[in-house]
Formats: sequence, structure tokens, C-alpha cells
Amino acid sequence: MTELSKTGAALGEPAPGNAPDAFLAVRDLKVHFPTDDGLVKSVDGLSFQVEKGKTLCIVGESGSGKSVTSLAIMGLHRLGARGKNVQMSGEIWLDGKELVSADPDEVRRLRGREMAMIFQDPLSAMHPYYTIGNQIVEAYRVHHDVSKKVARKRAVEMLDRVGIPEPDKRVDGYPHEFSGGMRQRAMIAMALVNNPELLIADEPTTALDVTVQAQILDLIRDLQKEFGSAVVLITHDLGVVAEIADDVLVMYGGRCVERGSVDDVFERPQHPYTWGLLGSMPRIDRETSERLIPVKGQPPSLINVPSGCAFHPRCPYADIPKGDVTRTVRPELQQVGGGHYSACHLSPEDRTRIWTEEIAPKL
Amino acid sequence: MSETKKTDADVTTAPDEREILLKVEGLQKHFPIRKGVLQRQVGAVKAVDGIDFEVRKGETLGVVGESGCGKSTMGRVITRLQEPTGGSIHFEGQDITRLNAAGMRPLRRDIQMIFQDPYGSLNPRHTIGGIVSAPFRLQGVEPEGGVKREVQRLLELVGLSPEHYNRYPHEFSGGQRQRIGIARALALKPKLVVADEPVSALDVSIQAQVVNLMDDLQEELGLTYVIIAHDLSVVRHVSDRIAVMYLGKIVELADRTALYEAPMHPYTKALMSAVPVPDPKRRGAKSERILLRGDVPSPISPPSGCRFHTRCWKATEICKTTEPQLVELRPGQRVACHHPENFADQAPQDTVLLSAAKEAAELVAEEVRAESAKTSAAVAAVAAGSAEETGAEAAGKTADTAEQPEAEVAADVEATAPKTGPGAKTAPAAPLKTGEASTEPEADRQDPTDK
Ligand SMILES: Nc1ncnc2c1ncn2[C@@H]1O[C@H](COP(=O)(O)OP(=O)(O)OP(=O)(O)O)[C@@H](O)[C@H]1O
Ligand SMILES: Nc1ncnc2c1ncn2[C@@H]1O[C@H](COP(=O)(O)OP(=O)(O)O)[C@@H](O)[C@H]1O
Ligand code: SF4
Ligand code: SF4
Ligand SMILES: [Mg+2]
Ligand SMILES: [Mg+2]
Repeated sequence: MTELSKTGAALGEPAPGNAPDAFLAVRDLKVHFPTDDGLVKSVDGLSFQVEKGKTLCIVGESGSGKSVTSLAIMGLHRLGARGKNVQMSGEIWLDGKELVSADPDEVRRLRGREMAMIFQDPLSAMHPYYTIGNQIVEAYRVHHDVSKKVARKRAVEMLDRVGIPEPDKRVDGYPHEFSGGMRQRAMIAMALVNNPELLIADEPTTALDVTVQAQILDLIRDLQKEFGSAVVLITHDLGVVAEIADDVLVMYGGRCVERGSVDDVFERPQHPYTWGLLGSMPRIDRETSERLIPVKGQPPSLINVPSGCAFHPRCPYADIPKGDVTRTVRPELQQVGGGHYSACHLSPEDRTRIWTEEIAPKL
Repeated sequence: MSETKKTDADVTTAPDEREILLKVEGLQKHFPIRKGVLQRQVGAVKAVDGIDFEVRKGETLGVVGESGCGKSTMGRVITRLQEPTGGSIHFEGQDITRLNAAGMRPLRRDIQMIFQDPYGSLNPRHTIGGIVSAPFRLQGVEPEGGVKREVQRLLELVGLSPEHYNRYPHEFSGGQRQRIGIARALALKPKLVVADEPVSALDVSIQAQVVNLMDDLQEELGLTYVIIAHDLSVVRHVSDRIAVMYLGKIVELADRTALYEAPMHPYTKALMSAVPVPDPKRRGAKSERILLRGDVPSPISPPSGCRFHTRCWKATEICKTTEPQLVELRPGQRVACHHPENFADQAPQDTVLLSAAKEAAELVAEEVRAESAKTSAAVAAVAAGSAEETGAEAAGKTADTAEQPEAEVAADVEATAPKTGPGAKTAPAAPLKTGEASTEPEADRQDPTDK
């Protein structure tokens, strides 16, 4: 608890237990799964916030805890058989209501109405035996006391809104009759049918071609502008991040290692892992005769998270901070600029020097 | 793919002089669709529908395109893992199109394939040693120093430890498994490696490890690669030349630099404009983006004429009726389009807009269209100025001019660039082959721009 309040204070947020000012605020979220192999610490002390009308992108390698975080906000870990096998703590505040300690029924009421989610694989989120229209109608009528006819009209309107051609005919189609891009649109229509104030999109374009991805990102952006919702978009594609984010959160091994505005994270990144991500990425906008700069080694196990800084086995700068500190002491998030935080033991001088002299020139 | 090899000078001069390793002509792969008890053929999926290209020794040819356009099928057919239904494949001058299994056996050493899925492509019940040594057993080859030593050398070569010999695939991460797949592919010292999405299942940091590894191996062993990928950034990084596929056809084939800096096929341009650029400063440059409508049409009954005409903002009547051939418009840049970008129009008289194109054009930013108009007009003007030169030379020259069409050319065009009529109408007539390019920008435009 002391550690937690220290983090909270460092981040300039209200003390835990009190409602935050932000529309969505996550504080010291922990989601652990006991398994036969040991306790999987998928998310281990994550804090962030998102205002209405803003987009936060969460980036990180696969297995870093991005999806678990989004499912936690939606209250989906506590459902059914899964629920027995999860240990969750921390706070999730949505519009002044705390969700971790809330009654599951209360969270269910919020789900689909105040908050909605788009998944990577639309087929997994849709029922194969119901028409697209019926599924949108259902999603609408759960929260609105209207006739089927009215709801159907609303469904057609939403399909039109997301750019499905001939929506009055397509509304009676089944998911398998839609192409990947159209399915993703239909799922967005379903997610937005109740004008949610928070939209969580977990890798919404990862399975799609770039041409379709551009259409979907455009759509999300337009709809957000229109409805002023808060958006949390999870991706591993830094190009997508640069395109759509206001703020960025970089996750590594279940924790946030860097957080800041999109400009901070791309132009003044302060964490060696963020440098690694930027250096690994081939870029369409550069004539690259340079080699890529990969991050050596493998992503960490979330059962035996490396001691100290979880990134230390892969970090080229682990020996720069004095003594054994990177291997023994877990670095907390510290403010490195206005609204910009990084969790690393490097001194500000070392960070600036390495970034400007070693990394930036190679990108 | 060494650092030196990728310099511009090399890319533009070397590949032409290199020897041709693989030559593909009119290649076709149709999958029959059968129905009913009699299994009568009722149609065919035209996965690959007549493509021509060649791969030169030591180069990397990248192949890009949207999902389902036939990239993987093309890869499997040129390695003869699937039978082509038409066309021919020559490897080192030998026609291998119809070779039977026995005839192919010696060639299996020379042509290897790396697959997309590092999880599915390794047999979980075999040890790493067993997997990497399989090619030796199949080919009955006894490497110098014994199989085990050679396998351990290969494991080291791809950055794994020789101690991994007795471990099983499930003990390895995706990136390591992809390395195992590469070690297996390299066991017999192949001449050609066809890699189908070798890094797309991997995280970006691991992706970079594998890309660098493939680079190093190419330099060390003089490998030739065909790399199939849907990620245009990865392809730009690894390739010398790039083929862009759309619905079973190659629509553009060019040097990397030409393709990324001055794409000539509208589809190439649209595809590249859709790739998000990891630079927040470039955001809002939405004007540079061309949003394609809808999805790729079905390869069972592809659109008539130019297959891209249902989504192309430049389409005209001729696009619907006549299939454009893949022709070399600039040295090293082959394009199949009646109204190419950054180049003189190939069918300038054809001005009737298709309704599909009208709709598509609405999605194309003014800026993009104006730019198309500018560059095409600039090209035409230069071509006209040097009408006595050969088409190829003129075209080569225009590449430079097109980049900075300031002077009078640009002024001219700006005054006449159409507001509603997309590029189809904007390029003045300048058929280079006749050598009589017109100097007059076309007169029949509807609206001047409001610039
Ligand atoms: N064995 C088969 N029988 C019938 N159709 C097939 C077969 N293999 C491929 N196809 C079809 O051929 C077309 C091209 O497929 P291919 O796998 O080559 O696409 P691709 O370009 O590699 O796509 P992706 O980027 O999704 O991997 C698709 O329409 C596909 O459904
Ligand atoms: N129900 C579960 N039981 C045990 N481990 C889980 C469960 N769900 C997720 N995990 C583990 O949590 C980690 C983070 O997963 P996830 O959030 O899905 O990663 P990503 O960042 O790729 O979305 C992974 O190691 C995953 O295996
Ligand atoms: S704390 Fe040490 S190991 Fe971790 S990122 Fe910073 S320098 Fe690297
Ligand atoms: S302009 Fe015509 S030929 Fe060229 S890509 Fe468009 S539709 Fe095809
Ligand atoms: Mg995930
Ligand atoms: Mg494929």
C-alpha cells in the first residue's frame, strides 16, 4: 500500500480510494492467474487515465498484458468459470464509479452501454447462427426499451454509419457472409449502437490488410469525433499509434515502463525498451540501408518475472546505473517531463545522452 | 542484403547484369470448384492468373499484396509444391514446369521454402536435431564431418545454441522456431529460398532479429530470396526489387526505390499510402491517403479488363474492357495500367468515367489528384521537349523532373488541374512510343482548380 500511494503521488493523482477527475482512471491494477506452473502475473501494478474525447494507445509485445488489461476494465475476467481463477486488485474508475469492487450486475449494466469493446477477431465476438442485424438489435434492446422494428431501424442506421454498402440488405446477412473488413465494421457498429462513452479496441486491425486498416482507423477516429468518447486502443503497431493516439502507454512484462503524449514517446522516448521498439521497426518512410536494431533475447516469463527491472536481461544499458540496482530494485514510474513518465534507473543525463547520441541518429 | 548491397547505385545498376536464376512466364494456378455428386467443375478460383517475372542471382525479390491476392500460391507453385495449371517456370535455364517427383528431387536441394507459421511448420514430436537433419536424410546426403556436426553448425549459424539439438519445438519461442525453420531450409545450401511471410507471426523486436539474420545469411552464403509479405515496411527493408500483386496478377514490378518513391500503378500508390507512418508529425496528412472502397473482389470471377477498375479512382471505359499489359515504362519499372501515375497517360483519349471510379474518386483527396495531374503533366511536357529521344531515355529523365514540377510546367497544370475529374483525365496526351507527344495540355477539362 505504501508503494502504491508513492506511485499515486508521483503521478499527481488523487489518493487511492477517492474518485479521480479523469473519465477513466486505472490505479495499481493487478490481475494474476494461479496456474499449475505458478502464478501468472499478467498485469502487475498498472496505472493510467483517459479523458473523454482522447485516445490512449497501449503498446507492447505479445504477452505483455495488454488484452488482460482491457478485459479487466470490461469486467470480463470475473465471468463464469474464469472468474474463480483470477486474482484482481486495484481500482478502475469509470465516470466516478469504481468497478473492481462493484457488483458484477452493475458492471454488466455498464458493459455495452457506457463501455464497449472491439476485439481482434470479430468472429469470436459474434454468434455464427444469428444475422448481423439480430445481433445488433439484441445489443440495442438490452439497454433500450424499444420494439424490434425500431431497433432494426437503428441497426440499419449503424451499419450505414460504419460504411457497409446496402445496409438494409446486409442487415440480414450472417457473419460468415461478410469479409474480414466488413465483419470488423459490423462489430464496430454493434459496439457503438448504444453510444458508449468508453470504447476499448483490442488490436482491431491486426488481422486486416493495410487498406482495410486505414478504413477502420478512419472510422474509429470519425466516430470518436462525433460522439466524444474516450478510446483505449491496444496494438503492437507503432505506425497505428502515431496515427491515432493522443497518449501512449508502453507495457513490458505486465507493467507500464513508459507513458506520455504521443510526441513525447516518439520524439523524446525515455525508456530503453521504447528505444528497442523504435529501432526494431522497419519504416515505410525511410530509405533504410541501415540494419534494424533488434532487442536481443526473448520476452519475459510472467511466472518468473526477472528481478529488479524486468527488462534487464535484454537491456544494453543495464550496467550503467551504479551497483546492482537494475537487477535488485524494481524501478517505479517517475516523471521525466510534463505528463511524461518512465520507469528506469538511468540518470536523466545518461538517458538524454544515449537517446540523442546513440539511438536517435540511427532511427 | 548487406548494408553495402542496398545502396542506390547498386540497386539501379547491378540487378540487370546479374544472371537470371528463376524465370516465370504466364504462370497460372486455378483451383477447380466442384459441385454435386458428379463433382462437376463449376468454376475456378483464379489464385494466380498469368504472371511473368524473373529472379536474379543474389537479389531479393519482395512480393506484396492484400490477403488472398495469390502470393502464397505463387510461392508454392514456383517451388513446385503445387502444380501450375499454366505457364512455365525455368530454373537456371532448365524448364522445371512439368518435372515429375523424380526429376524434381535434385532440385529440391536448390530450392527451399520457409513458411509463415513458426508454430505449425515444425513437427512437435521431432527433436530440433531431427527436424534440421531431415533434408540430409531425404536427399541421402552425408555432409562432411557428419550430420550431427553439420546440424549443430547450422544451429549456430542462425543464432541458436548447438545444445538445442535434442530439444523439442514447444520449448522454443516463435522467433527461435522461425530460426529453426531457416536452419532447415539452409541445410542443403540452396540457391533459391522462397520465404512466405517469414516474420509476420513475430513480435516487432523478434522480427528485427530474424530480418537481420536473413540479411547476414544472404551475404555470407550468396543466397537469392523471394520474400512474400503483406507488410510493406518489412518488404521495403529487405528487397532489391518488388512485385505488387492484385487478384492473381502482377500490377507493378520495380526497383525498391522507384516503387516507393514514384509508384506508377494506382493500386501501388493506394496500398503504400495506407501504411501508417510511425511519425506523429506526419499525422493529419490524411490528405496524402487514398482510401480504397470496399474489399478485394472475388478471384472466382475477377472484374473484366483491369481487375482494379472497380476500386480505381482513375478508371475509364478502356479499363473495363481492355486488360492493360505489364510493360516496362521506365527502365526497371514494369506497370500494367492505362493511366499510370507519375507518367504519361497510355490511353489519354479515353475520358468516360465509370460510375465506380466516380465514387472511388470521392475518397481521394484533392491533393493526391492534383499531384497526379502535376506529375503526369510534367512528364508529358518533358517528353514532348525531347521527342526525338527514345521513349526509355525520355522516361528516365522525367523521373527527376517529376519530383520538382515547379517552373512553368507546374504553373500550367495548376491552372488546369481538374477539380472533379480524377487523374484519368488529367494527364495530357503524350504517348512516348510515337515520339510525338503533344505539348498542349488537354483542353476539355471541366473545372480549373480553385488554387
Ligand atoms: N487449395 C486451394 N483450393 C481452392 N482455393 C485456394 C486454394 N489455395 C488458395 N486458394 C485461393 O486462392 C487465392 C489466393 O490464395 P493465397 O493463399 O495465395 O493468398 P495470399 O496472397 O497468400 O493471401 P494471405 O496474405 O492471406 O496469405 C485465395 O482466394 C484462396 O482462397
Ligand atoms: N486466463 C488466463 N490464465 C492464465 N494466464 C493467462 C490468462 N489470460 C492471460 N494469461 C497470460 O497473461 C499474459 C498476458 O496476456 P495478454 O494480456 O493476452 O497479452 P497481450 O499483451 O498479448 O494481449 C500472457 O502470459 C498470458 O498467457
Ligand atoms: S532500469 Fe536498467 S535494465 Fe531497466 S531499462 Fe533502465 S537501464 Fe535498462
Ligand atoms: S487507371 Fe485503369 S488500368 Fe490503371 S489501374 Fe485504374 S482501372 Fe486499372
Ligand atoms: Mg492480446
Ligand atoms: Mg499467404
